[in-house]
Amino acid sequence: MNRATLAQSLSVSLPVGAYGIAFGAASVAAGFTVLQSCLISLLTFSGASQFALVGVMGSGGTALSATATASLLGTRNLLYGLQMAPVLRTRRMKKVIAAQLTIDESTGVAISLEKNGRESMRQGFWYTGIGVYTFWNLFTLLGALGAQAMGDPAAFGLDAAVPAAFLGLVWPRLTGKTERLLAISAVALALIATPYAPAGVPIISTAALAVFFGLRGRVWR
Amino acid sequence: MDALWIGLIATSIIAFLLKYLGHSVPEKWLSHPRVLKINGLIPIALLSALVAVQTFTNGKSLVIDQRLAGLAVAVIALILRAPFAVVVLSAAATSAGLYHLQ
Repeated sequence: MNRATLAQSLSVSLPVGAYGIAFGAASVAAGFTVLQSCLISLLTFSGASQFALVGVMGSGGTALSATATASLLGTRNLLYGLQMAPVLRTRRMKKVIAAQLTIDESTGVAISLEKNGRESMRQGFWYTGIGVYTFWNLFTLLGALGAQAMGDPAAFGLDAAVPAAFLGLVWPRLTGKTERLLAISAVALALIATPYAPAGVPIISTAALAVFFGLRGRVWR
Repeated sequence: MDALWIGLIATSIIAFLLKYLGHSVPEKWLSHPRVLKINGLIPIALLSALVAVQTFTNGKSLVIDQRLAGLAVAVIALILRAPFAVVVLSAAATSAGLYHLQ
């Protein structure tokens, strides 16, 4: 066991996991039960996807539009899996567990340890993955129970906490002109479509903007 | 089974399949630069749309209420590089405060 790697993993997994409290609360405020909220964290285990699921369903969207939005946000985990597979070289049951733990943070810590060799990367992945999984699920339960005890979500500012959470997730990604222009376009499209399209559709329709900007990205470089 | 359960189960299955697929297919299949670029942009579009819809809408109508003040405080917190928890809590506190003043 490498202490430095363990410390780095813990410093990532505790604050990220503690953020599960916001998810648990948002999920209950959206109408999910405490049990359902915990199941989402245990089974989906991908922050942005989980917030999208409860965000879309909470605002009246169908299961289809909620699932589609959440799944599009989960596609980056596929690319993380591609990066981690040759490092981890897992099989069977261990591969199933590794797949479930493949998220932003576990992959991020592993990649940050690339200069220390594969063994370090493996350790970073597993420590961080297991750490975030443990704390995220624990804090989801606490948040869900807390929100259940609170009652009216608006009275405790939960109605603003959810968009603030999404903003916190997107903020670090707004690194360049293309990204910022895309964000503004997505805001505009979603708001313009809201009065006319069924709930959930204004959100997922902005994926088309991402494809458009991705194909034409060079225009703004 | 109600819609919440269907959303929960479908999202969980697809989330896992996406992760598992990443560990199972050869890397070269998905390493085209354009695919990588679009994959990086999709979360930006969806998360921005979620911010907008969760802040400015109520059902099918566009509204401005205490949530906007909460979001403005979150922006300030982000500009000041505050930690995640501070961003969310300051937004919640602002919105809750205005809600009780109404």
